[in-house]
Amino acid sequence: MSAINTIAFKPALCDGCGECMTACSTVKSVNGSAAQSRIQIIADPLKGSWELALCRQCGDPRCVADCPAAALSKEANGGLISWDAEKCVNCLLCTAGCVYAGIAFSADEGRVVKCDQCGGDPQCVKACPTQALTYLTSASIYNRWGDLEDLFVPGLGGCQGCNTEIVMRHTLRRVGSNTVLATPPGCIPGMGSVGYNGMAGTKVPVFHPLLTNTASMLTGIRRQFKRKGRNVTAMALAGDGGAGDVGFQSLSGAAERGEEILFVCVDNEGYMNTGAQRSGSTPYGAWTATTPLGTEAHGKVQDSKNMPLLMMWHRCAYVATASTAFMEDLYEKLEKALAASDHGFAYLHIYSPCTSGWRFPSGNNIEVARKAVETNFAILWEYQPDQGLRLSRPIDKPLPVVEYLKLLGKFKHLDAAQIQHIENHVAEQTKLFSELAGIGKGVERLAAAAPLSAGHERSSVSERLTR
Amino acid sequence: MERYDYLVVGASHAGLEAVRAIRAHDATGSIAMLNRDPVLPYSPTVLPYVVSGRSKEDRVALRDHPWFESLQTAYLERTQVSAVDAAKAVVRCADGKEIGYGKLLLATGAKPIIPPVSGLDGVPYHVLRTLDDALALRNAMGTAKHAVVLGAGLVGMHAAENLAKGKCQVTVVEMRDQVLPGYFDAEAAAMISAAFTGNGVEMLTKHRVTSVAKQGQQCVVKLENGEQRIADLLLVATGVTPEVDFLKGALDIERGIIVDEFMRTRVANVWAAGDVVQTRSFFGDGTPAGGILPDAVEQGRTAGMDMAGDPGVTPYPGGIPLNTYNFFGNRALSVGRDLPANAGTEWEVLRRNSAASASEPARYLKIVLRDNCLQGIFGVNVLFDPGIMWELILRRTNLSELRQQLLDHPQDTARAVMSGIWR
Repeated sequence: MSAINTIAFKPALCDGCGECMTACSTVKSVNGSAAQSRIQIIADPLKGSWELALCRQCGDPRCVADCPAAALSKEANGGLISWDAEKCVNCLLCTAGCVYAGIAFSADEGRVVKCDQCGGDPQCVKACPTQALTYLTSASIYNRWGDLEDLFVPGLGGCQGCNTEIVMRHTLRRVGSNTVLATPPGCIPGMGSVGYNGMAGTKVPVFHPLLTNTASMLTGIRRQFKRKGRNVTAMALAGDGGAGDVGFQSLSGAAERGEEILFVCVDNEGYMNTGAQRSGSTPYGAWTATTPLGTEAHGKVQDSKNMPLLMMWHRCAYVATASTAFMEDLYEKLEKALAASDHGFAYLHIYSPCTSGWRFPSGNNIEVARKAVETNFAILWEYQPDQGLRLSRPIDKPLPVVEYLKLLGKFKHLDAAQIQHIENHVAEQTKLFSELAGIGKGVERLAAAAPLSAGHERSSVSERLTR
Repeated sequence: MERYDYLVVGASHAGLEAVRAIRAHDATGSIAMLNRDPVLPYSPTVLPYVVSGRSKEDRVALRDHPWFESLQTAYLERTQVSAVDAAKAVVRCADGKEIGYGKLLLATGAKPIIPPVSGLDGVPYHVLRTLDDALALRNAMGTAKHAVVLGAGLVGMHAAENLAKGKCQVTVVEMRDQVLPGYFDAEAAAMISAAFTGNGVEMLTKHRVTSVAKQGQQCVVKLENGEQRIADLLLVATGVTPEVDFLKGALDIERGIIVDEFMRTRVANVWAAGDVVQTRSFFGDGTPAGGILPDAVEQGRTAGMDMAGDPGVTPYPGGIPLNTYNFFGNRALSVGRDLPANAGTEWEVLRRNSAASASEPARYLKIVLRDNCLQGIFGVNVLFDPGIMWELILRRTNLSELRQQLLDHPQDTARAVMSGIWR
């Protein structure tokens, strides 16, 4: 079985312009004959909303099950439902199986028509001026990595809707079994990765360092294995407190020395395992158990420190921020971090909203993660010494920060001044990252303007600018 | 003795969907599918197209061997079940072999009804239910000049159109008062019938055949009204009946095997699905049910999920008549039931039609509502999505404010409603 890419539709962004349908019928027309658009945008006659008729490329397609002529089939690779003109008898029984109007008879073409996603480059999405249509390709992650073994046991005791468990399972699954894993105190060992009653919860060697010495212990483990001639990934799955506050001394030291470690910081903005106390990553204004609300107190009074940026100034082999709402990006960065940890210190900082400690419904985790990124509250970027800082997605048109704040119970009490403070902080961070990324672009411009001075000179220019 | 955790008897839509559903939930249980024919699974519905030549007989297989392998399912051809012994949990095959089962699905389909017409057993005639039937009929059509088709159901109507296009003089004899009874309302049926008449087919509804007799290479078909027709090709297409003879009373059977809403028979560990069962009507009335391909798929899915213990299984809601029918370049679609004879004030019928012109074909649309919920929709040359209409009936969606839009623009209106429901 194979997962499928999806053309996603956000009705709220659609203005019914019809550009998608024009693009589709244009690309599907052969020899100038009119083709019917495979995507149909329809006005709801009562609500006035814009509605969609389009093939969903179902995982369990009834059109295929209902076809008596074997003309429809679900492709093993890519998962599209393909139509065979030679076998089709035009009986239209497929249209009886579809509740999305994804396959329908075209009077113009004299046969049923359906979306084929233009072979991976859907023209309707390109033509959409409002981003109501997007092409989601994150299913490729499943196709590439779906067969790998999950290296945590089933039944970890995370809270319902826990984002950190997603991060744990995805990262270790990809990193693989040739790993020694450190999980310092926090939710990650707390939910059972180090095990109960002498039974490990992880299918690779796992240990439970102190909060303070995670990076030091991994340093020794990696060096000892190397001495024995074995190339083993030394990996940490640590919370933001264990990485940025209590454990920062050993982390900073290991990064500065360039130890060959893959250090994943799962940032849930506080000490969530022990009852939601504040940490250095807790944002301004947030309620925590130690920044309570009362007549005098109104949540945390300091801004969070930007841990990944601090790690960048260590000039690690790789530093990046990622989010489970953008899994393709997360996987790309995980690949790069894993590769970098073979020769230097790799630091991957993953934003991990906490349903319990941040107070939002357990079904909303990915939406919260997405809004954090879309409002620039959490900016996605990566740093490599030879390329400088690059933004992973544009940050010049963010959603209003309140779109994010209003999702979370920990910000429910904010007054106008506090919201203004957070907006200012986000804007300041956005400006800073634009400038840092601009330095990287400057390098590219320099390199492009001097094509003759390639090779050594080029890298030395970039190094000088980005060090 | 061979034994399988899941044994599926019959190899068409219901059985195939059941195998898929079983394997979706049970990754390891052994599965076997038995087909009495020495071929890969095919659909009886495709056979009229094999007759017409549109489908090539070697390209109609619904699934191939790699599909069975990917689902770790044994596909046993030439294996005809002759008896079921539920007490011992085995089926006996025609060659004497016994195959044990943990859970059994009977999806053996249906076979043609042969009407009690005097002299019929003494003349050569065709039926259309198997691939062999289709090839025989295709051969015979090549030379036939005069043909008589008994029955104006889908099989008969498809064959009549093919014969007429082959310059054969065709007579269709149907004892009921319209063509495609049970599928289309009288008005749509009349338009369909008129298209056949216009293409030179003689349509004799409300007629009965009293006897047939051989006359040289041809046969004489005598009608109740005293007339007769000469045929060098006789097709009997008077409907189908469940293929249950081999059960020999081992299960409760009325118009088919009796099953509950999870397709369980009254015998432990035996399920049945598809044309072999007596399908309950969704409407809970006398509306005919069964014999509908998408229904067979639904039943197969329900049975397979229930057999495998899939907690996601939902009760089979009952059959809803549905048809998609092309004739002489026209398209007729029907979903649901027509207005009943004793309809009360909660029923409503919306209707529009237009006669054929030089550039436009005749069009017809009829929508039947009860308490503002869709009960049936019948159209000729008016497009709508049958799958969406079916879903709107199943969901009993209230359409009170959309009646006029539904009549004017059935396709777009229903699409918009359905899209809104999905999100």
